[in-house]
Amino acid sequence: MKKPIISFQDVSFQYHSQSKPTLHHLNFDIYPGEKVLIAGPSGSGKTTISRLINGLIPTAYPGQLSGKILINGEPAEKQTIFDLSLKVGTVLQDPDTQFVGLTVAEDIAFALENDDENQPVLQKKAHEWAQRLNIPAILNNHPQEISGGQKQRVAMAGVLVDEGKILLFDEPLASLDPVAGRASIELIDGMQKQDHTTTIIIEHRIEDVLYKPVDRLILVDQGKIVANDTPEALLKSGILMSLGLREPLYLSALKYAGVKLDSVENVDSIQKIQLSSAVAQSVQSWVKPQTVTAAKAKKTPILKIKNLSFSYDSRPILRQLNLSIQAGEMVSLVGKNGVGKTTLSNIITGFLHQNSGSLDLNGESIDDASIKERADHIGYVLQDPNMMISKNTVSEEVALGLTLRGVNSDEIDAKVAKTLKVCGLYAFRHWPISALSYGQKKRVTIAAILVLDPELLILDEPTAGQDWRHYTEMMSFIRDLNQQYGITVIFITHDMHLMMEYTDRVVVLNDGAIAYDDQPMKLFANLDLLKQASLVETSLFTLAQRVNVAPERLIASFIAQEKVGRAHE
Amino acid sequence: MNNNVLIGYKKRDNFVDRLTGTTKLIGLIALSVIGMVSFDTRFLLVLTVGSLVLFRLSGIRFREVSFVLSFITAFSVLNLAAVYIFGPQYGVHLYGSAHVIWQGIGPYNLTWEQLFYEFNLFLKYIFTIPLALIFLMTTNPSEFSSSLNRIGISYRISYAVSLALRYIPDVQKDYRQISKAQQARGNEISKKGKLTHRVKAAAQILLPLIFTSLDRIETISQAMELRRFGKLKKRSWYAQRPMKKNDFVALLGVAVVVLVGIYLFRVNGGRFYDPFN
Repeated sequence: MKKPIISFQDVSFQYHSQSKPTLHHLNFDIYPGEKVLIAGPSGSGKTTISRLINGLIPTAYPGQLSGKILINGEPAEKQTIFDLSLKVGTVLQDPDTQFVGLTVAEDIAFALENDDENQPVLQKKAHEWAQRLNIPAILNNHPQEISGGQKQRVAMAGVLVDEGKILLFDEPLASLDPVAGRASIELIDGMQKQDHTTTIIIEHRIEDVLYKPVDRLILVDQGKIVANDTPEALLKSGILMSLGLREPLYLSALKYAGVKLDSVENVDSIQKIQLSSAVAQSVQSWVKPQTVTAAKAKKTPILKIKNLSFSYDSRPILRQLNLSIQAGEMVSLVGKNGVGKTTLSNIITGFLHQNSGSLDLNGESIDDASIKERADHIGYVLQDPNMMISKNTVSEEVALGLTLRGVNSDEIDAKVAKTLKVCGLYAFRHWPISALSYGQKKRVTIAAILVLDPELLILDEPTAGQDWRHYTEMMSFIRDLNQQYGITVIFITHDMHLMMEYTDRVVVLNDGAIAYDDQPMKLFANLDLLKQASLVETSLFTLAQRVNVAPERLIASFIAQEKVGRAHE
Repeated sequence: MNNNVLIGYKKRDNFVDRLTGTTKLIGLIALSVIGMVSFDTRFLLVLTVGSLVLFRLSGIRFREVSFVLSFITAFSVLNLAAVYIFGPQYGVHLYGSAHVIWQGIGPYNLTWEQLFYEFNLFLKYIFTIPLALIFLMTTNPSEFSSSLNRIGISYRISYAVSLALRYIPDVQKDYRQISKAQQARGNEISKKGKLTHRVKAAAQILLPLIFTSLDRIETISQAMELRRFGKLKKRSWYAQRPMKKNDFVALLGVAVVVLVGIYLFRVNGGRFYDPFN
């Protein structure tokens, strides 16, 4: 029997800044060479577990700890964060903010600089690890010159320079597009196989992590461990949905098709799952021939973009772009990071100004309108809510736009109250915003824009950092807004599920122009286009191929069923 | 104005760029001090011309700094006006003579002495600003912190300085994005709004800016601790560069300028060059 490399024995923890414990009596072991996924909804305590392992608790987050944590057989509380950093390498959630050095090479060597190694050693190690992680070409680049996926590789190299450690990933997929995310999961898998590195991944996107096999899945909810078993066993048990986590799409599809998962082997991988002829038949008969709904009758366009070009630092970003958005539409704007999606929305809102081309709103040119004048019609919710919030309490923040417009106070109160109720924030109206979670803050910023009655709403990554339950709440809320008030919505997103289920139209931006503009289902059946948009095929696509039905039809049946399911909730 | 470039380090690969951070730092401090102390107009004129030539050599393009320059110019003008308002006779007092150009009300007349004094102040502004900009924009922050560390400043402080330098562009970017987002909420900061309103509106941007910056600091300091920053009394630097011949030549040049400045104190019998007597 091997000895565990990490062992939690009856561990409870309460942050000094909080009134209730975050973790209650945790018991689990992780063995050398294992690859473990710790998953749970937002606020479940999974991040706290990672902080206990890497020593950020108590160094950065003091609190009350009871029970015993052993790392490499030694009690964690007797080790400083520096001692622990030689045993556990942590790759933080946002590879952007943890980039310490000014160049890739410096960042990789950072830990060794702190050990006062001499320059030749630093250079040798930096080159060596850049080679191993396939990034030697960018050694002298600055963080702003490289992609999110590359940044994550740099972050990994930066912790791998001290060899023979446990690797801890805190939501490695959070800020990556699907293609980069998949590459990252492959890389983690390769490292683990090659060096038998113990690997712990903290994520709530279970299907994406399971793209490569995981030895064990630990599920956390409300500070307790609710399950600790192989992914196979847990996926069959159906526990994920009850925790508010998304189960893999292909498993949902199989369930919809009436397949009992108990009798199916290898359910944790869409590649290996055993699809007997009986299973295939159930799926085939479940997939209905979908009449692809004809595009809605053309209404008046609310926004018309004509021959728009923009370059930054003499680098062209948008070239002669044409796009027309109809009133009442829900549209996804997709494309790989840095392709210019945010730039385009910044031009629409007047944050940036195009070099040539023009914009019409409701048939009138807005090229000379100020940001504020445009904002009376166009609401723009930035990706990072902290960049928008400027007041202390929720209701003040939501009222700000109206106050600045000189609306009288009775009307403000009425409108703010109504908007807060619609957004499910009324109970929080007197709360200081700093006490809210990231997802709640995001909702506050949406409310603060909605209160101004925009006709067109642009949401930049609305679902980033939200677990499945909050995601579903937020999206059905936005859909209601669209259906009841006829607000036109543009989503800037990488979220393939959002595109499939909530929008009727996907616009793919590639190389400064529009590469695709049609229904989501057709996009998801076209591998070339998916690649251009930095998206990957979903497991539904693979499932369809494996049981020999047209992917488009299977995806359509799936969406139809999801919508029915949601209507019954 | 809308899409202008940000202040911050960028590799430019020329003579100024290749000097070590230590040389540039010592040069900036020494030249600023001697220039601030001296009121010898001839000396200040030479410094100003020299500093503008250096600015040209450093490869910084005017449009990169035009925004900051317009800002600084406005402040300098304000400052010069204030000097006159609070001490209209200060020049007369300094030089001990009064050549009146225009007789105003009470002490508020205009003398050649006052004009000359303020001209000296003006020269001081023009020669320090390009130097400071050269320093900010041609010094690789990591290399600079290794230099600070080498001249005896603790590596924690050195690193903090380099991080601050490095985040200048990010903070500027955040500021712009936040200010635009505020304008979209109805805070009219563009030229279509009233001035008083625009000043108040600008204050609104500070809170989110502080919050995003604090967030950034928290994450980066955790990331640093997780990789043992602060473990030992000293650390090594990947970006450290040895002093080269050019560095010594440049430092020698700085020393000569400083010595000339000091020599002029003796020639003039004080800090002031007096053309009136």
